[in-house]
Amino acid sequence: MKAKRFLTASVVPLMFLVLSLVAIPVSGMSARYIFSEVSARMARNCFFVLSLIIPIMAGMGINFGMVLGAMAGQIGLVFATSWELEGVKGILASAVVGTPIAILLGAFGGQVLNRARGREMITSMMLGLFVSGIYQFFLLYVCGTIIPFNEESGVLLSRGYGIRNSLMLPMAKGIDNILTVAIGGVKLPIATFLVTLCLCLLTYWFRNTKMGQEIRSVGQDADISEIAGIDVSKRRVQSIIISTVLACYGQILYLQNIGTLNTYNGADQAALFAAAALLVGGATVSKAGVVNGIFGTGLFHLLFVLMPIAGKNLTGNAVVGEYLRMFTSYGVVSVSLVVHAWKRQKDREMDRELLKRKIQDPAKDE
Amino acid sequence: MEPILTLENIGKQFEGNYVLKDICLELAPGEVVGLVGENGAGKSTLVKILFGMPEIFHSGGYEGSIHYNGKPVSFSSPLEAIEAGIGMVHQEFSLIPGFNASENILLNREITNNTIISKILGPKLATINQKAMDERSNASLGALGIDIDSRSVISELPVGYMQFVEIAREITRDTVKVLVFDEPTAVLTEIEAELFLEAVRKISAAGTAILFISHRLQEIMSVSDRIVVLRDGRLVADKPASELDLGRIAELMIGRPMGADKASARTGTEKAVVLKVDNLWVDMPGEFVYDVGFEVRQGEIFGIAGLAGHGKLGIANGIAGLFKAGGDVELRGTPLKLNDPMGAMKMGIAYVSEDRKGVGLVLEESIDLNIGFNAMQIQGKFLKKILNGLFSFRDEAAMSQAAGYYIKELDIKCSSGKQLVGHLSGGNQQKVCLAKAFVLEPELLFVNEPTRGIDIGAKKTVLDALRNFSETNGTSIVITSSELEELRSICDRIAVIFEGKVAGILDGGASAVEFAMLMSGL
Repeated sequence: MKAKRFLTASVVPLMFLVLSLVAIPVSGMSARYIFSEVSARMARNCFFVLSLIIPIMAGMGINFGMVLGAMAGQIGLVFATSWELEGVKGILASAVVGTPIAILLGAFGGQVLNRARGREMITSMMLGLFVSGIYQFFLLYVCGTIIPFNEESGVLLSRGYGIRNSLMLPMAKGIDNILTVAIGGVKLPIATFLVTLCLCLLTYWFRNTKMGQEIRSVGQDADISEIAGIDVSKRRVQSIIISTVLACYGQILYLQNIGTLNTYNGADQAALFAAAALLVGGATVSKAGVVNGIFGTGLFHLLFVLMPIAGKNLTGNAVVGEYLRMFTSYGVVSVSLVVHAWKRQKDREMDRELLKRKIQDPAKDE
Repeated sequence: MEPILTLENIGKQFEGNYVLKDICLELAPGEVVGLVGENGAGKSTLVKILFGMPEIFHSGGYEGSIHYNGKPVSFSSPLEAIEAGIGMVHQEFSLIPGFNASENILLNREITNNTIISKILGPKLATINQKAMDERSNASLGALGIDIDSRSVISELPVGYMQFVEIAREITRDTVKVLVFDEPTAVLTEIEAELFLEAVRKISAAGTAILFISHRLQEIMSVSDRIVVLRDGRLVADKPASELDLGRIAELMIGRPMGADKASARTGTEKAVVLKVDNLWVDMPGEFVYDVGFEVRQGEIFGIAGLAGHGKLGIANGIAGLFKAGGDVELRGTPLKLNDPMGAMKMGIAYVSEDRKGVGLVLEESIDLNIGFNAMQIQGKFLKKILNGLFSFRDEAAMSQAAGYYIKELDIKCSSGKQLVGHLSGGNQQKVCLAKAFVLEPELLFVNEPTRGIDIGAKKTVLDALRNFSETNGTSIVITSSELEELRSICDRIAVIFEGKVAGILDGGASAVEFAMLMSGL
């Protein structure tokens, strides 16, 4: 029974592990190249993925509304770029601007999700698309007209208002460059990894605080928590706020590594990829831990690196490779959702089987 | 001794019907009072009033007054009652399955360590001190005389142990002065129940007042100092346990001396067997059926009785194919394929579910369509064929006509057959459910809880309709109900289910005491 439970729980990661093992020889890439690509991507993406964990603890599923946080982070970066701040200073300024926006958006998102209990995931996804419209209006029109911008900084379009389509970030590699170590010729941004490690510890610590305990109990059974006197609605909103703020920092960390900001649609796919990464790591929409996030990010990006080349080598067409990337990420999310439902069914059957055995033969407890 | 809890002239009415009237009850520290009564006698309403459940206030509040700890109180939510020191342990567990025992015992009362962060950002960020919590929980569990590791996760504990964790949670509150146990042993095995009663004695010896509600009369006898009997919403006895015995309690509950019941059975033993059930098990959550066997004859009305949670509802659900089931079921000698609702209906079995709104009806559709729906899907009735049967359309006129017949026959109160079922009252919805089954002209009809939650007038119509249908069409009917009186008034024979098995099959005319004994597993 134990082995069976382990298998049903890790069906998704195993599937993708097998898929990557098949794709490695097909892609014909060297181990060194794969290592350098995957480690770079893990450094930039892990933080963002980990920001999904707390809403899952609160029983709200995957917070696709994290794009709200990503947008807050990008607004922070736009302002910091217009002030021409470089390095760590620029990063901190972006965070300072982004945090209040993320808190507001998170509180708003949390309130909306409290009114849509049981349908949090789809609601948060739609909310992301809706807020994306406001975000675009803000950057396209409000910036430069209502909010004055430094025209010398070059963030504005030549017409005098609206932010340019793509920005070179002066604070690029601001965190990465604090500490970089080369291992076997591959440069590793240790500082960024350390920031991510801090978040891991923070998440672990948070689980064990009174508030973390309350959030977890709300996630497990809201009714029982309510009777025990826990303010369920408030904890749910708080978990979304925390997630949104973390996503804001995650996006800043991500973009400082990339170096350029794709102003208008940089955040669009972010939540999808992060969700896919977490799910590949063996998390479900009701249970996720730091390990799932880190392992998943690695595995997902391994596949993300391999797929296009493997696809190109198989079909001789680069476009097919790119298509395979999108295909994989949407596929991951769909498959994990289906597997999760299947697993819940299996678990329930196994539980009932155990119960039946216990009652029919109480002497033979397992 | 000064009573800790006093109920004075408590009464409760729902739309003019008293479900409780003039209940006076006192509870002293360290005393165990057993509360017994049949289903519907008012026990759970009394508990709901005590705990200030919202449904009491939404239906117009209650009469009389409650004094607790020397002061008049009126709790407006269970949380208030719990905070004041009245705890509750009931048969459905309110534990968080993924948490360990100590996390559950101290839910929202966790022992925390202050850290620098919590001093700056507030006590919510203090870290949990699992070790101290374990010590505290182990102390409580130890006081109950049960050996449970405080770190074991609830979902992995044996069912019986969960009950102990619940009690530990209640007694860990320093304020707790009164504990209410509502059917706590229903899910326990015999040995666990014995341990449990021992624990109850220990708690009461420590000075906590206990109100113990159970259907297992023997337990009540062995654990209570005083026994209070409710019948039809009135308090009919409040006596020391030493002055009572099992037979006397059963009599008080039912209100008639033993053996004074009339026989209502229509004999039918020479008729052919329609349904034969052997070794049936049904995996229905909360109503597990382990091993059930019985026979139903042509034209017979067969009752299934039993207490909640003992599996009586699972039988019809299993045979109708709604929950996973196994065993041998034969309809007129032909084996019935289980887990196949369509197949069961095609063989001539109709089923009226206890879950009217979820399973029985399509609430957003008209009465006409609801009545005709199954007949249309299963038997192809009410269909017009066009182009030699290439397409079939709903025959609204025929459906409306059939519905009209039943609206009149069953006295369904509605504006017309086009009214949406969701807008009807519970009783009229139930009549639509019956009509839907009658239209199928089944050979065998299962009806679960036909009168649950409907008013007295509709109850009579429903029962009469079932009896008439059986008499005119020779249909065999299996009725499952929590209301024994209703079964006894209509059924030829009644099977009593106890812990998922048939405890015995009695004639409809058998005495109520015999039924009560079988239901309590005596």
